[in-house]
Amino acid sequence: MEAIDESILEEVTPVAMVIKPPLVANGHGFAWITEKVCGIIEAPTPRWWWIAFACAVSLAGLTVFGLTYLVSTGIGVWGLAHPVNWGWAIINFVFWIGIGHAGTLISAILCLLKQQWRTSINRAAEAMTIFAVCCAGIYPVFHVGRVWMAWFLFPIPTYNSIWPQFRSPLEWDVFAVSTYGTVSVLFWYMGMIPDLATVRDRAKTPLRRYFYGIFAMGWRGATNHWRNYEMAYLLLAGLSTPLVLSVHTIVSFDFAVAQLPGWHTTIFPPYFVAGAIFSGFGMVLTLMIPVRKIYKLEELITQYHINCMCKICLATGTIVGYAYMMEFFIAWYSANPYEGFAFINRAFGQYAWAYWIMISCNVISPQLFWFRAIRENIWLVWTICLFINLGMWFERFVIIVTSLANDFLPSSWGYYTPTWVDMITFAGTFGVFSTLFLLFLRFLPLMAFAEIKAVTPQGDPHA
Amino acid sequence: MPETLVKPYALTATFSELKPLFAAVKKLRSQGFKHWEVYTPFPVHGLDKAMGMPRSVVPRFTLLGGVTGFFSGLIMVWYMNAYDYPLTVGGKPLASVVYPFPIAYELTILLAAFGTLFGMFWTNRLPMHHHPIFNHPTFSRASDDRFLIAIEAQDPLCDPETTPKLLEQLGAEGILWVHDS
Repeated sequence: MEAIDESILEEVTPVAMVIKPPLVANGHGFAWITEKVCGIIEAPTPRWWWIAFACAVSLAGLTVFGLTYLVSTGIGVWGLAHPVNWGWAIINFVFWIGIGHAGTLISAILCLLKQQWRTSINRAAEAMTIFAVCCAGIYPVFHVGRVWMAWFLFPIPTYNSIWPQFRSPLEWDVFAVSTYGTVSVLFWYMGMIPDLATVRDRAKTPLRRYFYGIFAMGWRGATNHWRNYEMAYLLLAGLSTPLVLSVHTIVSFDFAVAQLPGWHTTIFPPYFVAGAIFSGFGMVLTLMIPVRKIYKLEELITQYHINCMCKICLATGTIVGYAYMMEFFIAWYSANPYEGFAFINRAFGQYAWAYWIMISCNVISPQLFWFRAIRENIWLVWTICLFINLGMWFERFVIIVTSLANDFLPSSWGYYTPTWVDMITFAGTFGVFSTLFLLFLRFLPLMAFAEIKAVTPQGDPHA
Repeated sequence: MPETLVKPYALTATFSELKPLFAAVKKLRSQGFKHWEVYTPFPVHGLDKAMGMPRSVVPRFTLLGGVTGFFSGLIMVWYMNAYDYPLTVGGKPLASVVYPFPIAYELTILLAAFGTLFGMFWTNRLPMHHHPIFNHPTFSRASDDRFLIAIEAQDPLCDPETTPKLLEQLGAEGILWVHDS
């Protein structure tokens, strides 16, 4: 290699470094961080928690009721009928799976990109991922119709040696989603071991010491432990990155491999992944803004953190908007009359109302994040994120329902409407999700405080 | 228990800041201590190198898991859809590496992740719920805001007379013996 001329290096050296705001405001020390995060689970259960928990469990009861009614009566109680046999069930599945993607993005991809602001939100976002996958998993399992046969999805040896059909993207989905759920749990748990050890060491009662101690696995925080742990963490981040990209890619194959106009497009994998991250960040902000307020965590989740998340919403929302335009362009450019009709029909057909809700929520609302004044107004950020959640649900509705309702043959067209069973089952999944999230807030350290300490100025040995 | 039967496990000393800790680690390493450990509340970057520890071997477990996952995915799909119950669907070949690829890909990641987690447990000898260092009266500070150096009594250089003095010179606080009980 040729020797580099030193004068060139001087030319490209930046004259001033970008000053990054501190990740822990007011220069708080290690003990303050431990106290702040552990204090939440060590304090007596607050009254609001019981009220919220009671509401969440009651709401979750709707899903239990909806599913019981479904199984005891038959799949006909859902609004599924020819030609739309993939209604709310698959919409809600894709919606919840998509929500999960932000958690893995924060814990894996942002770790590889050395984005240190992830440390304040990664634990809660990963919890969100796992609970969202739980909610998503309900749908395909019950959508098989005879739920007691759902184990046929897995390659379990039986006397009749009938195996799953691996040429089907639906079977790939079984593997993608179950791997995603499992690896997310492993990553979440491993990241929590050092923090559980701190909770164990601080425990005042033998019961707490015993239970947190079991899950802390005897972690001692020895440098030898950290050395292997950091390597394992980096490897899991490296493994989760292709995993998270593959999950929504394979979910999109469920559609893209079919020959239906509006589904059969190659843009689906990247477009689905971007949409998933977009919806996931919408949900992270929807959850973390109230959590930050209730537990007074403004010094750990600073305005800088919220700015970063808003900017990711802006970037992924813009990618999604670009994908919507590109779909239209390709539909025209392909000169395929069915494809062209599918897209004109989406925007101006019988489901135009859903399409325009989707466009206004997903394309227009994130563009507001260009403005600093809006990113710094917590109420506006939270409201915009609700619109993002709504818009992303409608995106899946538009993709699934408009394509199925008006396919090749006009004589088979129809109009799909969900039933009350569809609606209460979906409403209840928010209860399932909230119940799990509230339990997480109550019993587990909601921030990876060991990692937060490592990104403070006093935790950096080279400062 | 009579005092004489309790073996000393290690001589411990605490630091509250990283700069003196790194200076002390450098000094102890140059003195030639072999059986010693630093307990920290968070991963201190570069401390393992400063102590002279080699690179972690966890990646070997990951590789083992990943390779097992990839091939078990391919073999499983071949056995089920091409050998045990061959069924032609859509005119596609019975045995192929194309359609089983998503399965092999997911199983690679799944088993590599398990390999990584269990590799971390194995290399760290966890779970181990009892360890003499937990007898330290303020061990909870080492998972909160203090850095704890422990020089094990089995180290030939660990001397009851000179080692505490050395630690004191290095600016350590709370120098005390932890016993194995």
